[in-house]
Amino acid sequence: MNSPSGTGAAGGVGAAAEGVPAVVSSRFEVAEGHTLVGYKTSGSYRGYEALRAVLDMAPDAVTAQVKDATLLGRGGAGFPAGVKWGFCPPGVWPRYIVVNGDESEPGTFKDRLLMERDPHQLIEGCLIAAYAIGAAQVFLYVRGEMPHAQERIAAALNEAYEANLVGQNILGTDFSVDIVLHWGAGAYIVGEETALIESLEGNRGMPRLKPPFFPAAKGVYLQPTIVNNVETLSNLPWLFNHGVEAYRAVGTEASPGTRLIALSGHVNRPGVYEVPQGTTTFRELFEAEHYGAGIRDGNELKMFIPGGASAPWFFPEQVDLPLEGRVVGGEGSMLGSGAIVVMDHTTDAVRACLRVVRFFARESCGKCTPCREGTTWEEKILQRILDGHGRPSDIDLLLDVADNISPGPYPVAADPANGLDAVPFPPRQTTICPLGPSSVAPITSAIRRFRHEFEARITRRDPIPVTAEPVLVGAGAPADEVSDGAPDAASDGASARLRGTFDSGAPAVPADGPRVMSLGATPGTDAPDPGGSEPAEVRDAGAEDASPAAEEPTRKRGSFDV
Amino acid sequence: MARFTPENEALAREVIARYPRPKSATIPLCHLAQEQDGYLTEDAMAHVAELVGCTPAEVLGTASFYEMFKLHPVGKYCLNVCTNISCQLLGGEELLERAEERLGIRAGGTTPDGMVTLEDVECIAACTEAPAVQVNYRYVERITPEQLDTLIDDLRAGRSEVPPHGTLGTTRQRTAGRLANVTPPEQQGEPVWIARHRVAAEASGTGETS
Repeated sequence: MNSPSGTGAAGGVGAAAEGVPAVVSSRFEVAEGHTLVGYKTSGSYRGYEALRAVLDMAPDAVTAQVKDATLLGRGGAGFPAGVKWGFCPPGVWPRYIVVNGDESEPGTFKDRLLMERDPHQLIEGCLIAAYAIGAAQVFLYVRGEMPHAQERIAAALNEAYEANLVGQNILGTDFSVDIVLHWGAGAYIVGEETALIESLEGNRGMPRLKPPFFPAAKGVYLQPTIVNNVETLSNLPWLFNHGVEAYRAVGTEASPGTRLIALSGHVNRPGVYEVPQGTTTFRELFEAEHYGAGIRDGNELKMFIPGGASAPWFFPEQVDLPLEGRVVGGEGSMLGSGAIVVMDHTTDAVRACLRVVRFFARESCGKCTPCREGTTWEEKILQRILDGHGRPSDIDLLLDVADNISPGPYPVAADPANGLDAVPFPPRQTTICPLGPSSVAPITSAIRRFRHEFEARITRRDPIPVTAEPVLVGAGAPADEVSDGAPDAASDGASARLRGTFDSGAPAVPADGPRVMSLGATPGTDAPDPGGSEPAEVRDAGAEDASPAAEEPTRKRGSFDV
Repeated sequence: MARFTPENEALAREVIARYPRPKSATIPLCHLAQEQDGYLTEDAMAHVAELVGCTPAEVLGTASFYEMFKLHPVGKYCLNVCTNISCQLLGGEELLERAEERLGIRAGGTTPDGMVTLEDVECIAACTEAPAVQVNYRYVERITPEQLDTLIDDLRAGRSEVPPHGTLGTTRQRTAGRLANVTPPEQQGEPVWIARHRVAAEASGTGETS
């Protein structure tokens, strides 16, 4: 893990910063790191030595060490793995382990790397976990759309069986366990642990109701089952090679160790970086030369998603927060699966919001009504806003639909410029699993901060160009242009324009070039006019008048001319 | 070609043997059927049902949930363009539009010559390598519009080393004669190493059990 490649055959992979141990990524750049020989001779520890050590320990002692290390789950919820293992009801056999390799959270790209580039590390992690909890079998569930990962794991498993590292009487002891490679077939929801179990049983991947029974009590075949993420288990070999103290020496007290962070979007050096938990800040990740190396083209940061598509958005005010689960949760979002998506000031908030919502609408499994119907309606409403058919009531309608999926104040970042505090994570839900509530994240985040963009989409007739150089309202823009900005639209001449006659509103249209709107490059200066409540009403009323007129031709074509 | 060939049926039985309950093999067997025929035929689903011991409707019920199972013929190459957030930010939607134009089909459609099916897909876990596309689930990362054009031309002309649609991982896990411990849950008891440590702990008086 020296200098990061930026562009590799299978992707750019960044290095851990200097002084940070490569816990899970030490073989990412090693050409033969995926083979048994490579695993035993390269990287930050020698492969399968931890397993030998573990086999001399009592299973309870292994679990105790994982607990002591506070190995937090890396799949999204961040629950301590050792504690989870301890939830298996005593004396109930057999127990199973399911490895969640169905990575599909938008923005997340780490498990695929771990599976493709270091499959033996994962296998050794599985074996340590299986020994500790007494598993009869491990199911390694790999996402269907990842044939390369499937091939690498299959090859590694074949090698491991051959070398008596998996199967009957492993390394000559009385420890026997099978690891079975299982492929998914394309469904985001299967990343939810009970849906994963349903899928593994050969069913539609719909989550099970919990409580009463969590998978640790009744999982696969209604037997105690531990579902762990690929990255979580991949931490185990290093942990048992270097010890709990070394593990806890990295990161913070509450969140020790490192995390793989997939940094994507508008940064100069997108990549997967192994960073110490809790001590790195978002700013460091975006700006440091060994990480993101700054926003592209020297642009301004507009917003970023700190933990995958399910996470509420953060804004420039939050860049100095550390990557620490509890801190980020308290500030209204989550670290989730370690996926950070950076969006610069040229990003259209409505379009980005629709894209994320559309994902959830497509991936809703359909089991719970609020999610199945709610996500679909959210998508439809956002799509019509984007297409120029939005209604003035649509913004409130969106929030209302969202409230039916996730009642009450939804987690959202603070907006100091407007005196709004953060609402801490997690959201409440009317659904079995968090997919539905996740669809609300982009909506509440975007509307709270960029309501003016939504309103402009609804009330303005012409498309809104997003420019590289935002013209700030009141900051040197021509007076006409300023009065044309949506928040001020209710001033003289506005009512005429709002009735669908923008073209005739000649004075408001600058003759000298395209109209631009400011997009939050410097929050506070261009936020929606705080005194805009009255204009907003006027605007709504005006546009409501406009909408029947706009729809009339369509209706005529549909019902009379035919 | 619809039911499994004898070779594939043997492979199917090996897959089933990996699971404590046969029904768990439903998805892997559907993949196998799709590999054989390019899509999932009704006869194949009936055969899967026979092998795993459920009804064909149950197999259809499962298969229809998952996006990768195609219940109708698709092109030899499935071109999946990711338009999710990370790719969208770097031009994924424009790439999809370009592909639609060049292929003359909408996303979801197949070219008349049966070579290419175009799909607008959700996140394919290549976010840091955006924009990304897949050809039969093989990644092409950080693709430029020009590279996409070339890729499309190559696919239409059959110039691609990617195996036809339906084939996923070509290296298979080989388990025949190697499995240590796969039986139905009812036949499983306390694992021996757990029992050994429990007995030892009880004897030494610490009394901890797991």
